[in-house]
Amino acid sequence: MTGTEQSLRYGGSLGERRRANYTPYQTYNRRYTDQPGRKVEQSTERWAKGLGWLSIGLGLAQIAAPRKVARLIGVNDDDETRNTMFALGLREITSGVGILSRPRPVGWVWTRVGGDLMDLALLGKAMSSGDNDRNRVAAVTAAVVGVTLLDVITGQQLSKGGNGARTSNGSRTISRATGPGFRIGGPIQVKEAITINRPRSEVYRFWHNFENLPRFMAHLESVQILDERRSRWKGKAPAGSTVEWEAEIIEDRPNELIAWRSLPDSTVPNMGSVQFRDAPGGRGTEVLVELRYQPPGGKIGALIAKLFGEEPKQQVKGDLRRFKQVMELGEIVHSDSSIHRGPHPAQPPEDLNKVELGTTQQPQEVQS
Amino acid sequence: MKANCWMGKRKVQVEEVPDPKILNSQDAIVKITSTAICGSDLHLFNGFVPTMERGDILGHEFMGEVVEVGPSVRNIQVGDRVVVPFPISCGTCAACQAGLFSVCENSNPNAWIAEKLLGHSPAGVYGYSHMLGGFAGGQAEYARVPFADVGPLKVPEDLTDEQVLFLSDIFPTGYMGAEMCDIQRGDVIAVWGAGPVGQFAIASALLLGAERVIAIDRFKYRLQMAKERAGASDTINYEEVNVQDALLELTGGRGPDKCIDAVGMEAHGHGVTYAYDRAKQAMMLESDRPIALREAILACRNGGVVSVIGVYGGFIDKFPMGAIMNRSLTIRSGQCHVQRYMRPLLERVQKGEIDPSFVITHRLPLDQAPQGYDMFLNKEDNCEKVVLSAR
Repeated sequence: MTGTEQSLRYGGSLGERRRANYTPYQTYNRRYTDQPGRKVEQSTERWAKGLGWLSIGLGLAQIAAPRKVARLIGVNDDDETRNTMFALGLREITSGVGILSRPRPVGWVWTRVGGDLMDLALLGKAMSSGDNDRNRVAAVTAAVVGVTLLDVITGQQLSKGGNGARTSNGSRTISRATGPGFRIGGPIQVKEAITINRPRSEVYRFWHNFENLPRFMAHLESVQILDERRSRWKGKAPAGSTVEWEAEIIEDRPNELIAWRSLPDSTVPNMGSVQFRDAPGGRGTEVLVELRYQPPGGKIGALIAKLFGEEPKQQVKGDLRRFKQVMELGEIVHSDSSIHRGPHPAQPPEDLNKVELGTTQQPQEVQS
Repeated sequence: MKANCWMGKRKVQVEEVPDPKILNSQDAIVKITSTAICGSDLHLFNGFVPTMERGDILGHEFMGEVVEVGPSVRNIQVGDRVVVPFPISCGTCAACQAGLFSVCENSNPNAWIAEKLLGHSPAGVYGYSHMLGGFAGGQAEYARVPFADVGPLKVPEDLTDEQVLFLSDIFPTGYMGAEMCDIQRGDVIAVWGAGPVGQFAIASALLLGAERVIAIDRFKYRLQMAKERAGASDTINYEEVNVQDALLELTGGRGPDKCIDAVGMEAHGHGVTYAYDRAKQAMMLESDRPIALREAILACRNGGVVSVIGVYGGFIDKFPMGAIMNRSLTIRSGQCHVQRYMRPLLERVQKGEIDPSFVITHRLPLDQAPQGYDMFLNKEDNCEKVVLSAR
């Protein structure tokens, strides 16, 4: 495959741009530039703007007249309801402003879907409480279901249009936010750093063997190296399922940098790079990791995950902390609570077979 | 095994829990003979520390006999009698190698929680909230001790538990408070707080060559111990006299050369590890929490040192930065790097320079830990330090 073909396929490759003008620590935050050319997109965007104004109007009403809104939807007008109204109002205004202030507000439209789900949950709760007017609550619930559908359709339309960002003359806009199968506004991007008290060559060598990564990356089950460039990754997905994809190394500078990305049509499109630098004062190696991925379950999955605290930045930071432990100590440090998923009192485990001890192996020397 | 567990605000209970197991290759299991209640445990007791779970085993001052070791342990063996330092430290990271054991970079699996509150995470600590690791503590019959080659100190048989137990925390903590003062010949040191840590700060300042040490507290029995046992030359009861005036009088108007804050926020019932938002809230509402610290800064002579070993968890307001800047003061602080001090302080105990058991006022069996907490909190029966026997 030639470079040009590759960039057409992927909307421009990170590796090529790296090779062209790579500088360490450059940021990925550059805004995408895209010019939607199709009519369906324009009408979708008009819909989106409408939804934005709806959000702002509703939000203002919830903040300015919480009692009226409460009575209108048939919910008992007490202090708790008023506080909830205020919070919901703020959320509505935020997503409204977000939608109106962006040329292609796809992410913000999906925040409306998240909000809809939250509203439905609250309405469900209101329904089960005897204090409220059930008929009104039911009517409002039906209306919110309708709005949710509208939001989902708008979100999907915008998302489809965003894939690849084709311009009217057929060329592709190269942007930092596009990559292997990424949808604009979609991928989660994370950048984290850690200092490891080991020589740079050793840290590089360990990472370079991708089969080592699952030892400290909590969401990876295994990586299998297929050949010099390609590898097969198996990741953990919600509810005990797994997702698999193939990846290729797109740049490899010994003791300095490794960059990789998933092959086209992966279930979890992703790309990543890791840089290694000497820490000043003989303090070992500074490791800078940048990851971008399209989360499984699409945008709704990512949004819900985020709402419920699965924070990507924190995950990567945790992975790096475990990487440091594996490099410096040869194993991951456990406490009485960290071996359990979810909260657990700091007491010894009842049964060692029922806890998550992760890796306890010594780091191996790997052939580079 | 039996263990003293945190069950909620003002409630601890001795419960039957599973025995500890080796989880990492450098772990040891210690059968505990003696363990103590620390002043900082009272913050947990009072429910001021976030990230506690009902059932957490408390206790970070303990010693006993090694009964099991993991496959990588080299320096200690089954049968050794050891004192365990309260910070859990790997010995390998840059911080440990620089002797900064209480800020070990690897020992807190819940570092992300601490980072949200403190910016970076300190080391894990036994029985001291999930933010500091979620490690089971040592007010129990057995404890798992990670990094057994780095922390535990073997102690000779001719010394009693009571003579060496406090090498786990309060003696090194008080000593580090005095050491941070960089004591010179002729120095007059003032120590705020005559609790167990304050007593050791007073005794250590004298060991390090202070000319005079002034103890400040409000409990007569504690001031009496400071004078008669720790060796303070003067005492100030802040409920009876104005501390600033008394200090000026005692130091020819200069102020103490070095000041040690061995109070922290505990005297006012504020948590060690304060929830971020709660502290922020407190900034708006409260203006006088760090009373001892502010007093120490304002009292200290020009160019002096204020050494802070009292525990602070979050944020304080009305901090007299102007005094620090304009009067060339130095502030030094830190959770004690216990591993750094255990050996040299053991030598001092062996030489008879100090017998740390002087602070003990109450001895109880582990079963009566809840009574011990109540007594220590309410300063009943002139309570200074409670040691629990787990034998």
